[in-house]
Amino acid sequence: MGKLILEVVTPARRVVKEEVDMVVAPGTEGMFGVLPGHMLFLSGIVPGELSYNSGSERTYLAVTNGFAEISNDRVSILVDAAEKAADIDVERARRAMQRAKERLSKQRGTEEIDFKRAEAALQRAMARIKVAEKAA
Amino acid sequence: MATLRDIQRKIAAVKKTRQITRAMNMVAAAKLRSTQGRMENFEPYAEKFAEVLGSLANRLDPEIHPLLVRRSSISRVELLHFTADRGLCGSFNTNSITKAEQWVKDQQARGVECALTLVGKKGRDYFRKRNFNITEAHTNIYGSVDISFVNKMTGAFIERFLREETDEVYMIYSRFVSMVKQEPTLVKLLPIEPPKVEEKAEEATDYLCEPSAEELLKDLLPKHISVQILNAFLQQETSEHAARMAAMDNASKNCSEMVDNLTLVYNKARQAAITAELMDIVGGAEALR
Repeated sequence: MGKLILEVVTPARRVVKEEVDMVVAPGTEGMFGVLPGHMLFLSGIVPGELSYNSGSERTYLAVTNGFAEISNDRVSILVDAAEKAADIDVERARRAMQRAKERLSKQRGTEEIDFKRAEAALQRAMARIKVAEKAA
Repeated sequence: MATLRDIQRKIAAVKKTRQITRAMNMVAAAKLRSTQGRMENFEPYAEKFAEVLGSLANRLDPEIHPLLVRRSSISRVELLHFTADRGLCGSFNTNSITKAEQWVKDQQARGVECALTLVGKKGRDYFRKRNFNITEAHTNIYGSVDISFVNKMTGAFIERFLREETDEVYMIYSRFVSMVKQEPTLVKLLPIEPPKVEEKAEEATDYLCEPSAEELLKDLLPKHISVQILNAFLQQETSEHAARMAAMDNASKNCSEMVDNLTLVYNKARQAAITAELMDIVGGAEALR
């Protein structure tokens, strides 16, 4: 069976460029898996965990919003931020989660944008913590 | 004729100037390395983004999204213009300002109103003094620009565009071509013209999109503008440091040349003085005999 070329890029740098066997990513409509020979596919990416297999090794990444393009066995993931499990600052993520939760409980209904922002921040923080715990 | 002491003083002054320009050169070099790194790291993202957007948008009808629709009559345009906050970088700012001013005049000649959004102190000072129509001016923000700032900027442009307060948006920034060449470049931001991709015959099949292509475009198009603006910021910053480095290098070289010339003049004057003194002594001794 062929291989997939996975590329994860953020505005700050290229996080991953590797040959892998399988990719599982958090799409807007739910998690999706990609194997070699996948058809042309374009999807939004929401904060969550992205994982890929190469050989028997499984690697986890925390990603935030963005999108993915799959064509000709190339998987390109473009997201605002992506971190490998080992690079995640768990303390910072926890603080961010705390802050977001506080804001959510206080501000419900006051201002729509702030509410959405806090919600998004909470999702990002939770994704990071989940990935970090999985690796530990 | 300048006295010996005058010349010496002048040499010392030029040497001090050289010290300053050398230091500025080194500072610019250090800053250049860091911004150039950021610019290069951003490149794969920008490229990939343009590729995906291009292949998606070219498959769809441009009427599908208001940001893609070209307006038939254009009466008001906006320009986002970048200059440095500081001078001492040769003709870097002047080049960019000249290009922008020429462009605005061309628009006005065709009866199109033009509003400016300025980044950088030099451009702001220039256009404000000449009473151009300025929407907004940002100064001293290089180095602290991140995606959220750019998103805010993009949001403002899109809002004005959708409210039909403006029909087209352009930007002019200095593209970093090489260490010795930075080029003021004009880019159209709105309405969005999807980047052209070369279609390979086998790739003409349809995408499977999740959610629908329309939904995806709603996210992608504003992001596309942000990516372009962020790219402009990074290029502009890198160009500025490269231009300053070159300018300061030149200045240091000119200082060295001046020191050489002045030293020559000094030595000549010193010799002339010695000769004159010797003549006096010889003349005096001759008279005593």
